[in-house]
Amino acid sequence: MTDDRDRTSPRLALRQRTGPAHTRLLGFGSAQGNRVVTNDDMAKLVDTSDEWIRQRVGIVERRLADEDQSLVDMATAAGAKALANSGTSPDEVDTVIVATCTLVGGIPNAAARVADRVGIVQAAAFDLNAACAGFPYSVMVASDLIRGGSARKVLVIGAERFTDWVDWTDRANCVIFGDGAGAAVVAPSEEPMIGPVVWGSNGDLADLIYLRENRYVFQQGQSVYRWATTQIWPIAERAVAAAGLSLADIDVLVPHQANLRIVEALARKLRANGARAEMVVADDITYSGNTSAASIPLALDHMTAAGQVHSGDVMLLVGFGAGLSYAAQVAIAP
Amino acid sequence: MSNEDIQKGLAEIVEEVAGVAANEVTEEKSFVDDLDIDSLSMVEIAVQAEDKFGVKIPDEQLANLKTVGDAVNYIATNK
Repeated sequence: MTDDRDRTSPRLALRQRTGPAHTRLLGFGSAQGNRVVTNDDMAKLVDTSDEWIRQRVGIVERRLADEDQSLVDMATAAGAKALANSGTSPDEVDTVIVATCTLVGGIPNAAARVADRVGIVQAAAFDLNAACAGFPYSVMVASDLIRGGSARKVLVIGAERFTDWVDWTDRANCVIFGDGAGAAVVAPSEEPMIGPVVWGSNGDLADLIYLRENRYVFQQGQSVYRWATTQIWPIAERAVAAAGLSLADIDVLVPHQANLRIVEALARKLRANGARAEMVVADDITYSGNTSAASIPLALDHMTAAGQVHSGDVMLLVGFGAGLSYAAQVAIAP
Repeated sequence: MSNEDIQKGLAEIVEEVAGVAANEVTEEKSFVDDLDIDSLSMVEIAVQAEDKFGVKIPDEQLANLKTVGDAVNYIATNK
């Protein structure tokens, strides 16, 4: 039997949705463990020193999750604070995205449990793994879900628990990482307050950051450093241009907190190309360590609380890491 | 470009990246032991040397460039 229906003009016209034209960030929240691990503490575990770590990575101390504090616990606490800080009731939110690459087990995902615990009933909930680029990826997905009419408000959380994936005898890697969660509420807006994303990946460089023996986070430090210091600044500049702005308009630069030297190299390059000397640059890695997808929202929440970021500031978010993956976007501070 | 020119150009890069006086950057000096240049600064030096001399210096090659002379010879041979 042949099927001769004309597929180019369907018999039934389906409805498709569209949503509000513009979106914004509404507020931030974060959570970290109580275990503060100094560089001197690390020097008791492996052959390293405070001076070596400060010079190579820019970390003074890292914050680790408490023994009984899970990734979902931290994500829930950060998410609940972002809801409270933005004056958002859980019943206004219908979607939860958790950006993470360190969830042990993988089934079930983190997002559904976080949604349940913060009181968002029947939420569309999923995890997103773009490693250290996960937060800008998730903000863009959230924004487009709203603009596409699939979500009303979205709770976006970056959460990592590297404690579960660190080889505490590997001195090149164990000193770098921390645990934590940061969150933001993404909502409709009268004005455009989240710029277009510039994102992508270099899967050809996938073996630069991976789980050694499927167990321990490992990165080829020099090669990642080269990639991050030569390939990421053009992405950041394209995101500014895509938003219709110039580098001089940027008030706050929040790169993924991979390594303070990478952060400083990016700021130096952007300033050489037109960003202002007064541009505030996130350096949250100094006291948090590298927390992958959590690092940008942790910095946003800490900088907002510290008065370094003010409502209306033009922020440039730049994520980059395992994949290798990258994403950058401009957003206006809530 | 003579080896002398390469060394002079390399010394300028080392001074800019690592703050080591250019006249300290002589052929027999070890980047790590004598000039106190760490692995990440080596990457920055390599990236700038690639631009300046039109040569590829892959990361796996960096470990072999122990002295300034090693780097000068590598650049002279591969540019």
